[in-house]
Amino acid sequence: MKRNLIMLRRFSVLLMVGGLAGCATTGGNPDDPLEGYNRAMFSFNDSVDKAVIKPVAQGYKAVMPGFARTGVSNFFSNLGDVWIGINNVLQGKPGDGVSDFGRFAINTTMGILGLLDVASDAGLEKHNEDFGQTLGRWGVGSGAYVVLPFLGPSSVRDGFSVLAVDWHGDPVRRVGDVPTRNELYGVRIIDTRANLLDASRLLEEAALDRYSYVRGAFLQRRRSLVYDGNPPREPDPEDVDTGAQGSTR
Amino acid sequence: MIRLISAFCLSLLAASAGAEDIAPDALIKGISDDVIGIIKQDKDIKAGDRKKIDALVDAKVLPHFNFARMTALAMGRNWPKANAAQRDALITEFRNLLVRTYSGALSTYKDEVIEFKPLRAAPGDTDVTVRTQVKRPGNAPVSIDYSMEKTPTGWKVYDVVVGGVSLVTNYRDSFNAEIRASGVDGLIKSLSDKNRSLEPQGGAASK
Repeated sequence: MKRNLIMLRRFSVLLMVGGLAGCATTGGNPDDPLEGYNRAMFSFNDSVDKAVIKPVAQGYKAVMPGFARTGVSNFFSNLGDVWIGINNVLQGKPGDGVSDFGRFAINTTMGILGLLDVASDAGLEKHNEDFGQTLGRWGVGSGAYVVLPFLGPSSVRDGFSVLAVDWHGDPVRRVGDVPTRNELYGVRIIDTRANLLDASRLLEEAALDRYSYVRGAFLQRRRSLVYDGNPPREPDPEDVDTGAQGSTR
Repeated sequence: MIRLISAFCLSLLAASAGAEDIAPDALIKGISDDVIGIIKQDKDIKAGDRKKIDALVDAKVLPHFNFARMTALAMGRNWPKANAAQRDALITEFRNLLVRTYSGALSTYKDEVIEFKPLRAAPGDTDVTVRTQVKRPGNAPVSIDYSMEKTPTGWKVYDVVVGGVSLVTNYRDSFNAEIRASGVDGLIKSLSDKNRSLEPQGGAASK
């Protein structure tokens, strides 16, 4: 079964290379030189989502009571805290790292294997870190925007980080019993998607062109995350504020 | 009688002076408390009654937004290409789209807590960012920042940045593409098509 996952990764890489070879269209965004390939992959992911993942997530949300879903989310969130802590340390934030390890220790014991998030109540805040952000903190630029097969929006830097590094920091990967491990993978995907159902409905409503809306949101979001929510303010060259100021309709 | 009238006039003055003088962070906090207080109590809104949410947003939130500035920001370098009539149409359509998104986001509110960070601004500033954090146990907090400018009628919001993503400038790419393909009128048309396609579920946001 582990081989299946490796196969899946190889297949992903193949799909990407195939896609890259097939096109060189650009829509004008300098961050997205691979727009032709990316749009194709975006709609591929979309159809996988529509056909399989979203319906299952909706069913899951309809059937499972809220407290049980929260428990499942907490469980996976807890597993992620160690890797988040390691990345905080790598980014030169040992205090945050210790807080993350503390969260893991508290939630794994008092929180019954992470089902309850008692650490948040105790004032240890959940963080959002991964190796892509660590590289960004170290000064590595994000590179071109890339839509990964199955995994969705990413960049050269973040895609490399997810496939080559974060993957190794994933505790689920270390679960010895193969059927259990695959079950965990499956449940985690559904849990993640279920938590995004509201967001994806909003996206559906808000976007004129979903592809470019998601791309813009991803790029801005990652930049903000690399700076832990306080990116240096960039002057907006296109803020041609003519005549609009003061008028308040 | 004259005293009554003058008192009335004074109170009007006081009210309008109040709107201008409220500090930007106090203004946002007042609106948030108001809106969340209502959402928490209103059963229809809790059940997802979008019409009622739209009405709430209309009354409490919209007066404090500068949609002309928001539209200009989203248009970016294309804004000067639009004539006065086109600008009016763009502002109306973009406003309806943003309002719908905003109401939609409100309808997913559960029991998040909003925290305000201290405002970093000098007394004479006319452009400030009000920083807030939305907290839910077990999740990393999400920041919501309001870019605000001082106008003769009080502080107005001209951008909302959620988790680092500007709800306004994030439209620039698609606006650009639309204008390149079919001009300013093409953009107006796709915006109004988009708004109309959302109408059946949404209700009364169009004006």
